[in-house]
Amino acid sequence: MIKNISNLGDAALYCDFGTEVNKEVNNKVIRYFKSIQKENIDGINNLTPSYNKLIVSFDLRKKNFQTVKKLIENLNVINDDKLESNKIKIPVCCDEKFSLDIKRLEEKLKISRDKIYEKFFNKEFFCYMTGFIAGMPFLGDLETELRAKRLETPRVKVPKGSVGLTEQFANVYTFESPGGWNIIGNTPIVIFNSSKENNPNLINPGDAVTFEQITKDQYNNYNE
Amino acid sequence: MPSLLSKLQKINTTTTMNKNYFEIKRAGINTTFQDQGRSNLYHIGIPFSGAMDNRNFQISNKLVGNETNSPVIEFAYQGPLLKYFGDDIKCAIAGDVKFIIRKNDNDIEGNCYQSFTLENGDEIDIITTNKSVYGYLAISGEFNLEYQWSSCSINTKANIGSNNGKRIEDTQKIYISKINKDLNDKKLNYINTKIEKIRVIKGTNFNYFSEEGKNIFFDKEFVVSKLSDRMGMRLDGPKIENIVDTNIKSEGLIKGVIQVPADGNPIIMLSDHGTIGGYPKIGVVISADYDKLVQLTPGSKVKFQEVELSSAETLFKLYDLETQNLISQI
Repeated sequence: MIKNISNLGDAALYCDFGTEVNKEVNNKVIRYFKSIQKENIDGINNLTPSYNKLIVSFDLRKKNFQTVKKLIENLNVINDDKLESNKIKIPVCCDEKFSLDIKRLEEKLKISRDKIYEKFFNKEFFCYMTGFIAGMPFLGDLETELRAKRLETPRVKVPKGSVGLTEQFANVYTFESPGGWNIIGNTPIVIFNSSKENNPNLINPGDAVTFEQITKDQYNNYNE
Repeated sequence: MPSLLSKLQKINTTTTMNKNYFEIKRAGINTTFQDQGRSNLYHIGIPFSGAMDNRNFQISNKLVGNETNSPVIEFAYQGPLLKYFGDDIKCAIAGDVKFIIRKNDNDIEGNCYQSFTLENGDEIDIITTNKSVYGYLAISGEFNLEYQWSSCSINTKANIGSNNGKRIEDTQKIYISKINKDLNDKKLNYINTKIEKIRVIKGTNFNYFSEEGKNIFFDKEFVVSKLSDRMGMRLDGPKIENIVDTNIKSEGLIKGVIQVPADGNPIIMLSDHGTIGGYPKIGVVISADYDKLVQLTPGSKVKFQEVELSSAETLFKLYDLETQNLISQI
């Protein structure tokens, strides 16, 4: 299933599942990720699944590229049906205060904001991966009419909770961070909670995510 | 809801903790608690963090008789000014650091790699790191710290770790929960050397760059930019031309990865890096060179040199042996 395994530096394996980005390919990545996680192999100290790649980091004192490669090649990969998937609803307020790039998107995409929101809020998204900053979910796929490039000059600070779009993906900024996604709203809910060590992320790879529009009042009075 | 019992326990520990502590009179530029860091969390977006210069971190601990992965105070450039209250305690600083031990208003020039005793009312004034970025202050005992995912390392980007995930600030107190007594003074003869050639293995997108770009990468000099921190190190120099695509589909990053964004200037991922990135990877710094890489100050001139995987593995073994050898001399 892995098309090619190469080394990324001297302490990581770069498992390439191809160039396409879709649920099927990502599902293979996640199955490998969970299978390696389950084996709890001494010396493997990190795993980074993404759309179509899996990076396996290891402690060079205990393992090396050849030994880890062999382990991955002979891995017992779990089946599809064993993968968990939760359905998660994220409230989003699109008040002007939050929808920083909606005007820009109207111009870029040449459709009205109502249409943008209609399409966005009626879509069920799939979580491909989490990361960049802690807990940030990378969700897909946006319909072709909503696909826009990143801002040409990224923002130095994107507010925490911002919901952004770029290309075929949507995401939520779990922390204030630099970033270049087109921001269309903001969620009051906590997506990353570091006090829950066993499960700090609200959204995990494989989950199904929908967004629900809320008013400014609902946003301000939001209680989890 | 926190139980009454746990609240009581909290009160009890703080009262007993109050006895030995540092008061921070000046926090310094980027002062944090660090240990070996936290692993197996890339997939939720959390990097390793941990002490940037692993060798000096371990040495500082050994100089005060601690396990080598015990929590220490890491500082960058200007360090903290700490006033100590409590029973006598041994401390040591590792790195290339100018610091003063102040006893009853007498200034004593501090020596790195040599333990010293602090008495009630003494101060440590860490003035600056010399021709390097990071230094480490260890105490013979334990700081009173919270752990997240088995590590106290502060990650200020995600507010994870001890001190609520925030850097140490002016006027705060740092409590010490345990002091190891009857410790002999320890010393190590060691001089940090500065790296000039950063050895790298070609990255997974090496072929995204033009022949000229590749030659520039391995032949020309780059300068470490001021825009460098625990997350990453930016370099300025001749632009590295991309002929395929200046973006890739976002994928995992690791410490030491060198990304080249559209502007053609390389960025090296360091211990607090974002876990996912979408710029092509031209190379990865070998593990053996990481400790010395992070110590490069802005303005330092460096060149990249290609090595094969097998050499990188051998070089790491040698570097690790050298570190273990230094530790065993203490």
